[in-house]
Order: sequence, then structure tokens, then C-alpha cells
Amino acid sequence: MAMMTGSQMVVECLKQNKVETIFGFQGGAVIPLFDALYDEKETFKIIRPAHEQGAVHAADGYARTTGKTGVCIVTSGPGATNTVTGIANAYMDSVPLVVITGQVASVLLGKDSFQEIDITGITMPITKYNILIKDITQLTRALTRAFRIASAGRPGPVLVDITKDVLMKKDRFISYFEEPLLVCESTIEDEHAKKLAGLINTSLRPVIYAGGGVKISGAQKDLVNLAEKNGIPVVNTLMGLGTIPRDHMLSLGMVGMHGFREANFAVTNCDLVIAIGARFSDRVVGKKDRFAPNAKIIHLDIDETEIDKNMPAHYSNVCDVKKSIDSIMRYVDENKRQDWYAQIQNWKVEDRITPDMFVAKNIIGEINHKFEQSDNIVVTDVGQHQMWTAQYWNFNGRTDFVTSGGLGTMGYGLGASYGSKIGNPDRNVILFVGDGGFRMSCQELVTIAKYKIPVMIVLMNNSTLGMVRQWQHLFSNRRYMETDIDEDVDYIKLAGAYGIKAEKVQDMDSLKSFLNGFEEISEPMLLECKINKDDMVLPIVPPGEAIDEQIIDLY
Amino acid sequence: MKRYVLSLLVENNSGVLSRIAGLFARRCFNIDSLTVGTTEDETLSRMTIVVIGDEQILEQIKKQLNKLIEVIKVIELTPNESISRELVFIKVKADNSTRSNIIEISNIFRANIVDVAHDSLILELTGGPDKIGAFMKLMEPFGVLEFIRSGATGLQRGSTVLNETK
Repeated sequence: MAMMTGSQMVVECLKQNKVETIFGFQGGAVIPLFDALYDEKETFKIIRPAHEQGAVHAADGYARTTGKTGVCIVTSGPGATNTVTGIANAYMDSVPLVVITGQVASVLLGKDSFQEIDITGITMPITKYNILIKDITQLTRALTRAFRIASAGRPGPVLVDITKDVLMKKDRFISYFEEPLLVCESTIEDEHAKKLAGLINTSLRPVIYAGGGVKISGAQKDLVNLAEKNGIPVVNTLMGLGTIPRDHMLSLGMVGMHGFREANFAVTNCDLVIAIGARFSDRVVGKKDRFAPNAKIIHLDIDETEIDKNMPAHYSNVCDVKKSIDSIMRYVDENKRQDWYAQIQNWKVEDRITPDMFVAKNIIGEINHKFEQSDNIVVTDVGQHQMWTAQYWNFNGRTDFVTSGGLGTMGYGLGASYGSKIGNPDRNVILFVGDGGFRMSCQELVTIAKYKIPVMIVLMNNSTLGMVRQWQHLFSNRRYMETDIDEDVDYIKLAGAYGIKAEKVQDMDSLKSFLNGFEEISEPMLLECKINKDDMVLPIVPPGEAIDEQIIDLY
Repeated sequence: MKRYVLSLLVENNSGVLSRIAGLFARRCFNIDSLTVGTTEDETLSRMTIVVIGDEQILEQIKKQLNKLIEVIKVIELTPNESISRELVFIKVKADNSTRSNIIEISNIFRANIVDVAHDSLILELTGGPDKIGAFMKLMEPFGVLEFIRSGATGLQRGSTVLNETK
């Protein structure tokens, strides 16, 4: 067996796991590892972000849109702590990542050495698994396991912390790659599928509540087939958007705090909730005892801990949701449910937005229109623009939606957008970002510029932290404390400093002419849309209220 | 709220204990006691965790523990199908007038006297929560200077074992 340094072993494990792209940033403890990568420039594409947080968000976007595991390499101490928000974000949204951190040499451990931090301790609650390797004989097994754990069952981030002496030491390379995979072996019993299908067949007003698990499972088509076969309307979580085409007659869009009236009313008034790959987040449920109060709940998920965690389920099944859906489908009757459908349509209300108004709905609609025929990845940051995109983008079967759901990480979008583009060179990547989140992450413009990553950045600039301001307006007596961030940055010049083409628009006509000015997104570009700081995301369910107690319109 | 005893088989790595303790703290589950020790297999450790909660909390705890990579198996040690015991050392004030009284009670409970000083005794007692509780109560009037409880530790009855690979 070949003798290798620890660093070469890491590289070998990355190759075994078919890693093509690494998001990494140099530093003292990983010099040997990057040195080993010097000889593998043809094998890996290495993207160096401006900041380690950007690397993790990029790897996260890459993983979400390719289905592969995202890989980051960073140094010890501050390099490692800078990944924490990104790891937490991936953990909350079940994104498979392997984060490799360098660590000080094992003799220096525990002595508060330079750039020493207990990163396995810090990331314990936000990783599926993590391990500190200070013995080279454990290295390859740990890395192989890391990749398996990250992608098995419900995916998530794994961190492997490797001391510098392990990276430099030589030992025999032992491969664990051929060892059996960790797989989710659970399944759905035929009798159980029949019983669940029976509940669906006998229900009068069922609703499917589909989350991000449907996407991860690759069960989008199965979901639509099930919905169509039995005429079941589908509401989505934020993470589940895109699992059913938004223009499908059975799609009601997002449910919960910013769900449209018909979606929330359908859930409140249904007699059966079929939750698929969703976790009854507080942002969906609202007041718990008034969430679908007259309904039985069927909960299908791959993660057993989600069953009965936030909402007690009457029936459940734990396995890959694609398997569950397919098995249940066999016993589901054909149905149209025209009365139920009609009732839901009656709950719709029109907003007062006219086509000439320069507001998020129209801006998003116009951009959506331009890219209607192409294969898109829509990325957002966090805040009002995120909810507007969730509400108004017409997610078709070809659109991936990349957004920070569980953690709500401002500053996520820019990194995630270029990570998505690197993984999908042939698809359009359109990022919607607010001015608040953009300020938190705009150093990553340098990465986009350096690697010439053609993403379209739509900066929805309302000169305020809009979502918080909206809450202050509605629930804090308009006491706008620390939310207005004014117009003290010239974002066009800022983009220019990085050599990125940028334009500012303030009305629909100039937006249209900007969009008409190019065919494809062939280079990085920034479009600043100057919108009103008083614009709100509506409807909104006040915090703690039932989801059918919405504020629909203020005027 | 009820008292439940869980028995866990876990990987014998540094960090496992803090991972499990962290899980309980983070999810707002209450640990009444936790004991950990080596097993017949040196790569594994066994933990006994006593938790206070209701049926729903117990279910969540079991599921969350099972989700940890290092946790190999979790079972509940029910009173009928398992045995569990706790060790306690009690340091009691004792002088010539009370010493024989204390020794008499200790004999009834089969507690051992492990240290004798001119003004105190240390007693060692093994038992379940009821027995220990009763003994402690009887010792109180003499003046308990300090005590330490090991936390419960237990096994399933019969030939079934937690590590099924054996």
C-alpha cells in the first residue's frame, strides 16, 4: 500500500468521492493540504471566496442545485469560526456539506495556541456529525464516513477537523471507500400504504403540505402525480417551492406567515393534512391549536425525530418520501374534488397592485417573464425580497429555488448564487437580495468578478431593513429603531469597483429596457431596483396568530 | 412528569458525552442523572440516563438520541424488565450517643460503614430510588454533612443484551 501524507490522503478521499469543486480559503494550518492540491489543479476547481462564510454559502448553493455534497476547506481558528453561520444554515435546511478545517498540531492542542479553537465543540449542535482527527490512522475512515453521513438519509453538514501534524505525517493509505454505504433502510409497508390511501380516499377536503424533503428525495413528479390523481391541492413550505409548478391548478403556493389567503384557508378548513418532507415550522403553523383544527394529519418524512416534534401526527411513515408517495399512490382513487377546488378559489382575494407600479411583484414578474423559457435557478437572501420572490416567482418544473429557510441568514444569497452557478454553468442564476443582506456579503463581489461568474444580482434597495421595519410598523407602533440604513452607499460605483456591470432602475419602463438590453446572462451584472421603504409583504399573519387571521391589505 | 431510565450503547470517543449532554440541554430535556462506563467491548461505552418527562418527551429524546451517529442503541429500562441501582455515600455526624443508632439503621438497610472518625461516619448504600430515599430520610435527624449519589445504572433482565452483534 502506498505511503502518503495526510494531505495526500485527504485529496485521495476527495477524488474517491468524485469531488470536482472545492470552496476553500488558505491559512496556516491548511498550508500542507493546499500544497497537496497544487499537484491536482486539473482535478479540482478551487474557488477562493473573500471570506470563509462565503465559501460555505457557496458550497451550500452548489450542493442544493447539483445534488452533490458541497466541500469546503478552511484553516483553524478564525477560518473555522467564520464557517459557523454557513454550517448552521446548511444544517437547518438539510444541505449535505463536508467542511474540512485545519487544526493546530496535536502537541499544541488544549494550550490556547495561536489560531487554536475547539471547532468540533462549537459546531456540535449544528452538524450531523463532526470529528477531530489527531491520529493519521483514523483519517481516511473519518473522511469516507463524513461523505456518507452528509448525504445519507436526511442530508446535513459534517465537519472534519484535522491537526496540522496529521496533514504532514506519512502513513499507508487505507481505503474505506468500498465499505457498505450508510443507507436509509426503512420503507413503507404495503398494508400501511393502503391504510393511508384509504384516509385520503375518504377525506372530503384534503391538502398536501409539501416541504423541502420532496426536493431532496427527487419526488417532485410523484408529488404532482399524487395530487392530480386524487385532486388534492398542494401548499408548499418556503423550502418546498418548485416541487409543483406554481401555475398548476392544484398549486396554492406558500403557506404560513406570508401565504396567500387561499393557501392558508385551505389548510385551516381541510379535513386531512398530508405533510410530505416538511417539519411544521412555527412560520408555517402559527397558532398551533388553530392549525388545521378539524383535520387528521398524515406525516411522511425520512427523519423520525420530525414526527410528533412540532405537531402531533395521527398517522406517519418514516422513509424516503418518494417511496412513501409511490406506494400510497397505488391505492389512491381517481378524484376531481371540484367542490373543494371551487371553495378554495373563492378564498382568493385580489391585491391592489396595478401593472405600472414599480413594486416587487411587478419587478419580479417582469424578470420572471424575461426568463420564462429558460432553465433557472432563483436564489434569494433573507427578508422582504425573499418573501416576495417566494410569493410571486412563477416556479415551474425547471426552476430551482435556493433560499435560506430555517436559519434566515442575511448575507446568504451572494455566496449561494455563485456556488449555484459554478455547479450549473448552463442554467441562469438570478439572485434577489435586499440592501441589508447585500451589505453583509458584498465582499463576495470580488469572487464573482475574479472567476467571471455570470450571475444576475437584483438588488432590491429600499434603504431599510424592510422586514423588521414592517414589523415595527405593524406591531411596534411605527417606532423605526435601527432599521433605516439610508442611501449612504452608491451600489453602482461599488459594483464598478469590482468591474461588475451595474445599472439602477426606478420605474417599470427603465426596468423593461434594461432587460431588453441583453439576451443571456453572459457576465456578472447588478441591477439595482430602487423601491419604496414602506412597501410591505402581504398578506402577513401576526406572530402567534392563527394562519387564517391574516392582514391582507392595509389600505 | 415521570421518571424514565434509558440505557445507551455509544461509541467510546472523546466528545460523545458532551454531544449527548449538549443534546439534552439544547432540546430542553431534563437529565436527572447520567452514568457512563466502559463495556465488554473497548470501542463502546454504556450510559444510563435517568430523565424526567412525559411520554411525548421520552419519545422525542429516544428519537433524537438515535439520530446521533455515535449512539448505537437506545432502550428504555422499564422497572419490570430491568434492574437499576444507585450508589450513595453519606457522611453523617456521629458521636458516642448516636453512633450505635446509626449503625443499627445501616445494618437494616445493608449499608456499609466505609469510614469512621470521632465525630462522623461515611456510609455506603446501594439501591433503587425508594430505598435510598428512605435511608436518607432516616439519616437526616443525625445531621447529614454531605452526600454523593452516583446516579442510576442498570441492565435488562434475562439473557437479552444491548449489543446485538455479540
